Amino acid sequence: MSISRREFLRVSLSAAGGLAVSLAWPHRGAAEEAMEMKLPPAVSEPLGAFVRIEPDGRIVIGARGCEIGQGVRTSLPMLIAEELDVPWSAVTVEQLDYGLAESGTPPKLVSRYGAQGAGGSTSIRDGFDELRQVGARARSLLVQAAAAEWHAPAEQLRTHDALVFHPDGRTLRYAELARRAATLAPPAGKLPVKDKAAYRVIGQRVRVVDGRDIVTGAAQYGIDSAVPGALTAVIARCPYVDGAIAKVDDAQARRIPGVRQVMTIDGPRPGAPFDRNLKAGVAVLAEDFWSAERGRRALHVTWTPGPGAQDSSSALEQRALAAFDQPGKIARQDGDFDAARRTAARVIEYTYIEPFLAHATMEPPNALIDLRGNRALLIASLQSPGGASRMVSAMTGIVRSDIEIKLPRSGGGFGRRLENDFVAEAVLIAQKARVPVKLVWTREDDLQNDFYRPFGVHRLTAALDPSGKMNGWAHRVAATARKYRAADMEDDPHWIGCVDPDGIPAGCVENYLAEFLPVDCSIARGWWHSPLPTFSAFPVESFLDEVAVAASQDPLALRLALLGAPRELDYRDHGGPKVHTGRIAGVLREAARRIDYGRKLPPRHGIGLASHFTHGGYAAHAIEVAMPEQGELSVVRCVCAADIGEVVNPLGAEAQFMGATVCGISAALNLQITVREGRIEQANFPDYPLLRMAGAPEVEVFLIDSPFPPVGAGEMGIPPVAPALANAIYAASGRRLRRLPLGAQLKG
Amino acid sequence: MAIELTVNGKPVSFAGEPSMPLLWYLRDHARLTGTKFGCGIGYCGACTVHVDGTARRACVTPMSTVAGHSVTTIEGLAPAGTLHPVQQAWLDEDVPQCGYCQAGQIMTAVDLLRRKPAPTDQDIAELTGLCRCGTYPRIRKAIRRAALALRGEHA
Repeated sequence: MSISRREFLRVSLSAAGGLAVSLAWPHRGAAEEAMEMKLPPAVSEPLGAFVRIEPDGRIVIGARGCEIGQGVRTSLPMLIAEELDVPWSAVTVEQLDYGLAESGTPPKLVSRYGAQGAGGSTSIRDGFDELRQVGARARSLLVQAAAAEWHAPAEQLRTHDALVFHPDGRTLRYAELARRAATLAPPAGKLPVKDKAAYRVIGQRVRVVDGRDIVTGAAQYGIDSAVPGALTAVIARCPYVDGAIAKVDDAQARRIPGVRQVMTIDGPRPGAPFDRNLKAGVAVLAEDFWSAERGRRALHVTWTPGPGAQDSSSALEQRALAAFDQPGKIARQDGDFDAARRTAARVIEYTYIEPFLAHATMEPPNALIDLRGNRALLIASLQSPGGASRMVSAMTGIVRSDIEIKLPRSGGGFGRRLENDFVAEAVLIAQKARVPVKLVWTREDDLQNDFYRPFGVHRLTAALDPSGKMNGWAHRVAATARKYRAADMEDDPHWIGCVDPDGIPAGCVENYLAEFLPVDCSIARGWWHSPLPTFSAFPVESFLDEVAVAASQDPLALRLALLGAPRELDYRDHGGPKVHTGRIAGVLREAARRIDYGRKLPPRHGIGLASHFTHGGYAAHAIEVAMPEQGELSVVRCVCAADIGEVVNPLGAEAQFMGATVCGISAALNLQITVREGRIEQANFPDYPLLRMAGAPEVEVFLIDSPFPPVGAGEMGIPPVAPALANAIYAASGRRLRRLPLGAQLKG
Repeated sequence: MAIELTVNGKPVSFAGEPSMPLLWYLRDHARLTGTKFGCGIGYCGACTVHVDGTARRACVTPMSTVAGHSVTTIEGLAPAGTLHPVQQAWLDEDVPQCGYCQAGQIMTAVDLLRRKPAPTDQDIAELTGLCRCGTYPRIRKAIRRAALALRGEHA
């Protein structure tokens, strides 16, 4: 998709009289179109600040993204610092608010800073060119200012460490030039940027920029926000989707000291799109959290069950299994799989089951909203500020440019905050309460009212010809669609999030079929950390191992043979438009080499491999486990190899892969959300046992020195973990586990 | 009757609901928001503070039980402008990702190193603070580094 990039640079004096450089340009990218704001093409607008050079020499760089633990407050400003040609040690990073403004005639909404949402590992990919241009433009203005000062041609000047150098040896500090630079016309067109060899910031091992604030407790998260006069709200929510409030007795709640208001809020109309809050409830507003929580506990509410009140995980699984009796929606078809199956020398078929998963961000959802007539202030831990802006505007009638949105740090995201249901709740309460409202969710609220990773049953079938070559592959998925009850169902093949039609081995097998069989369920579904790839990798990469066993081939050799010659294949989902088979083979080989694959192992040890293409990046895991006859599974070694193109901050990227690997093991072994009589059975962490220290192995991360353009790092490290672990368990014990989570089956 | 206690070295008085967990007193009344809410049942450790120098989970510590005691939060772990060796080790190992649990992890580590200046791998493995980002490998490194620093050795 090519959109002409009309770029606009705006220069203004900062409050302290320094140079401020910003840019506005059209929004782009499939991921943001899907998840973020849809804006008209940018027109010029006069405000905003990515770069500010204060007279005292401080170099302040704005961080535009939502920081959810993926490191964008560090990595995105690094891109600007590189081209601005300033040492990272001189940089102070400031978080930018969500930047919308009205501009032009007639006025149109423009994005001041470009993409600000966090989702799909897109921040680095979107920012790499844009933000280096921001730095280059600011540098160019400073050079022009020096040229004017010295009456020297700008081409003869060079910069280094926030200084401009004259050929005769004179220097001027950026700070001395900032005032003059702010009066100059910004350069037109795209500026040249440094060669990789000249990098001084990109590629450095840079620590988390607000590490000191985090370790001293000073860092501000959404839940830490406060405005004068705000009441804290908690909500007793209906346990059922599309349920309702039958009766409320709030007399005792109102008597709790500190409780100020009790009110009901409606849920969505049954069956209507989930574009606001998820469930009906009774909100208790109080002077502080504890009073509100005591008030909630003192409520007596009778609920009317919704149409999903009979839903259960076991019945859902039966329905999903039964769905395979019917033809589904074909997502991709190459050749003739049925013919390949009919003529096969051997057919292999297995079924894999994956549970609902909750996000369980450490910081539970929360939102502070202050509605002030025709203006609003929102402070919340968000991943989709654009979505929040649209929602608040739609609910209140306040124009989007008058909704100020602060972007504090988020205590994790993992896709949970791509939904803004908690923002909608805060708005509904604030509209009735007529005071600023800080809504706080508890862990129970969070685990029971999530948009869960879909539940699904995968049936994989392989056809082998008489030589043992796989010439047919079918991947049929019966799942609760990720996309449903959405306002824009028509323009979206709604297997998205459940079926990966172009995922490997698509394009590598002559006769190929990918099919979706939607299964109905009332439980809300959403995006979960590497949403489609985590869902798809476990069945696909487990099954590849099963095919290798059936065909008496080594699992690595089978994968490499299947991938074939290095080449690009079409990939229409997020992270495309191409997937490179050579890069998959590359990470597989690297992981195998690092774990010394093929060496003789002690008894009851096994190594499992898996790889996956995720959001434009490539990762493979090689996991060695020990499975003693008596005793528990232990992870002996855990290797992750990744190719995410050029790496902006290796220290941060390695942390992302390390963390994703730990989270991947956590989910693979122990996590599931189950439903009984329409209610979520898990209430708090003991029911949803994330790994703790004892269960977290050391993770050896190896980033491939890659010439490809950079992609993100936040999500690529999860998908291969579960299948690599299951494959390792098989290699160690001969037990093939086809259902997640694995842990309970190991104990049984 | 008001509850008198010491928070980060300062005497304070609380006249509110005695069942209120220390966590919510700290966050909502003392405006010390570095101590985080994670589960409310004493399971995840995000709210870990020190009461008389010992790690306690503030979300299940009623105010009535800390009367007359001395509470230290992440904000009071080191004098303003300085870092405790454990905090420094957390920076040196670049531990935080989202960072939300780290105040609790640090307070827990300080408590561990006070009890066991040379913790074994098993001692560290027994820590129960949850990290949803999976920073455990770097937490382990940071604890070992801090242990060396506190014992006057170099990492």
